[in-house]
Amino acid sequence: MEQKRKQTILIADDSEINRSILVDILGEEYDILEAEDGVQAVAALRRHLTEIGLVLLDIVMPEMDGFEVLTVMNQQNWIEDIPVIMITAETSPAHMERAYNLGVTDFISRPFNALLVHRRVVNTTLLYAKQKKLVNLVAEQIYEKERQNGLMIDILSHIVEFRNGESGQHVLHIRTLTELFLQHLILKTDRYQITRSDISLISTASALHDIGKIAIPSEVLNKPGRLTDEEFNIMKTHSAVGADMMDSVPVHQGERLVEVARSICRWHHERWDGRGYPDGLKGDEIPIEAQIVALADVYDALTSPRCYKPAFTHAKAVEMILGGQCGTFNPLLLECLTETADRLPDVLNSSGAQSNHLELRSVAEEMHRHEELSASERTLQLLEHERMKYNFFAAMTHEIQFEYTDTPSMLILSAWGAEKLGLGETVMDPLHNERALAIFSGADMHRLVQALRAAPRENPVVTYSCKIRLGGEERWHRIVARSTWSADDPPKYTGFIGKAVDIHDSHLKLATLEQEASHDALTGLLNHAYAQKRILAQMEESPTSQYALAILDLDHFKSANDNYGHSFGDQVLRHMAERLRFSIRGGDIAARVGGDEFLIFLEYNADLEPVIQRIYNAISGGKFDEFTISVSMGVATTEKVGSNYDTLFHAADQALYTVKRGGRGSYSFYDESMAATLSAISPIDGGDGGKGNATNEKEAE
Amino acid sequence: MTLQECYAAMGGDYEGVMGRLRSERMVQKFVLKFLADGSYELLLSSAEAENWPEAFRAAHTIKGVCQNLGFDRLYRSSSELSEALRDGKALENTELLELVKEDYQATTGAIRALQESQGV
Repeated sequence: MEQKRKQTILIADDSEINRSILVDILGEEYDILEAEDGVQAVAALRRHLTEIGLVLLDIVMPEMDGFEVLTVMNQQNWIEDIPVIMITAETSPAHMERAYNLGVTDFISRPFNALLVHRRVVNTTLLYAKQKKLVNLVAEQIYEKERQNGLMIDILSHIVEFRNGESGQHVLHIRTLTELFLQHLILKTDRYQITRSDISLISTASALHDIGKIAIPSEVLNKPGRLTDEEFNIMKTHSAVGADMMDSVPVHQGERLVEVARSICRWHHERWDGRGYPDGLKGDEIPIEAQIVALADVYDALTSPRCYKPAFTHAKAVEMILGGQCGTFNPLLLECLTETADRLPDVLNSSGAQSNHLELRSVAEEMHRHEELSASERTLQLLEHERMKYNFFAAMTHEIQFEYTDTPSMLILSAWGAEKLGLGETVMDPLHNERALAIFSGADMHRLVQALRAAPRENPVVTYSCKIRLGGEERWHRIVARSTWSADDPPKYTGFIGKAVDIHDSHLKLATLEQEASHDALTGLLNHAYAQKRILAQMEESPTSQYALAILDLDHFKSANDNYGHSFGDQVLRHMAERLRFSIRGGDIAARVGGDEFLIFLEYNADLEPVIQRIYNAISGGKFDEFTISVSMGVATTEKVGSNYDTLFHAADQALYTVKRGGRGSYSFYDESMAATLSAISPIDGGDGGKGNATNEKEAE
Repeated sequence: MTLQECYAAMGGDYEGVMGRLRSERMVQKFVLKFLADGSYELLLSSAEAENWPEAFRAAHTIKGVCQNLGFDRLYRSSSELSEALRDGKALENTELLELVKEDYQATTGAIRALQESQGV
């Protein structure tokens, strides 16, 4: 027996030696996939779902044990298509029962016996292959069997009909009418507790109603004229004889079909008023199946030609029955007749196919439901094709692609993504996985999951930027993901899919641009405009705090430029900026206002003087090369002048002017006495507007 | 040294394993592989770190391999050890671990002798 393609077996066992032994035993006949723990096993199943024909599963494994793998296989419904043989030395009944409950097909116990392992695996794979074939066959066979059952009963009943010189249509008509009346009856009342399978059974049994006629001499049976009383008495025996025949069916006593057929045979000539035969039963003493068949029998006898009478029309027949000319019937059944009367002629004309069709409907529905559940071969191939396409494109684009399922909590990464992140392709419970959390902070992960959970179905896409740690380096990524939903009604959130794209370089570029826009190119300090923005923001955020603004400049800076050149001047400014940076505290702001002017903004609690003193000492004094560093500084406080930035700046400027006038090389605090003084650098009226005036002032020095 | 003598030296069941795995070549291949199996080191380091669930898995793996290869002596001691460690229980009777160590040395000693005698 040659197979086109080797079947694939997944071996999940944490011991390499044990896997190798199994590979040696099975490798010739099967393609083998190996997994050394449960997580790898689940990943392999997910990736090779349509190829794997059998799983050999160890119980004790790291990461995820065999039972957990089985649980996932159940949750994902994989267990329905993929047989699992458990490898175990644990033969306790509790263990085995648990495994069986989780869908395990068989066990292989240690120590491995090559022959047994081989045999068991071959048997299981063959069995499943056969089962798949059988599922396809069963559909056809059920139809066929049902058809043949009906056929056998029809043939039997027709023997009677032929003997009777009738067309053979009678049996089919009775069946169709019986079914139709019953269907209608259960819509009107539940008095008789008739199920759908009862209807099928009674209709089938109805074909046997006249089977007793086989015992009636043919000269009586086929007498063209009216029967004598004696002949009629003989004729009447057919119902009891039919029942006796059913009673003496040798092997199938107790079978519902036989019981129902017996009841129909014996009582289908009884009448509602007790004037029928053979037992003179009254009303519902007559079993409902017999009442129905009686009505169907009468209607069909009236509308068919018989050797002793022509056929009546449909209308005439209904009229005669309702008029009581054929005996009394259950009023409920007469209602059924009236209400279905319009349909009867059509139904009977097509009754050959119709009858089987109606009867098989429930079977067909059952089969259909089953087929919907198990995907056909073709669908699987299409899926496989889509998967291949997806894998190809995922490998081409250098993106970290991922899929997350909520239950069980499991993250699946594209091959490229897994390698990039240094994680496995399957990560169980990523929200609590240390290695995953080292790459992607828990706070970010929770925020992202929360956003996806909250995303509405109409708009399930979420974009999120955050840092991901790759090989010890944090890089900015943009994550685009969408939530996924089940096909249930209402749909349930099942997880999400998405990708992470490295945007670090463009992010840095943006940061650089921002840096350039906010910082002074020469010194790297904030520029005045940006410093003002930060100062305003800080004062707004905490308006009750006390703040001080200091403006300072270098004494005799012009001479440095003049004596040593502008590039030396730039070096001095950079040196100053450096000293400033080291002199201030973390939350303070230092900026270059322009030229050789700088500002410092700080928040203070109690005594400001020592703070200013310390800063001043740190930035003034000493030499840069040949140039003596001497600083003049004016300080204004919000306590004195209020929180208006321009007022604050102007006051500090006036204090600086006062220092300059007082001989430079020191600092002073603004007070009301300075209110009338000039400005060292004119008050700010935009960007770095101070510079020109400052220079003018210096030139005036 | 033959494979059979190696089994005799380690207290293993040569007839048993041959009956089950059938090919002497195959059995010998796996026997030699046993030297490279990391489960024993994992067992010692896990026991040292008192990581008992990990120690259980390692003992259980050794037991499974020994069972398959018919290393009966080491199978018995590792089996007892893994039962003592089942469900993450801490090891109370340290003699069990000592016995596994002893049997492991005996087993690998025999395998090494086989390896050398065959000039591998």
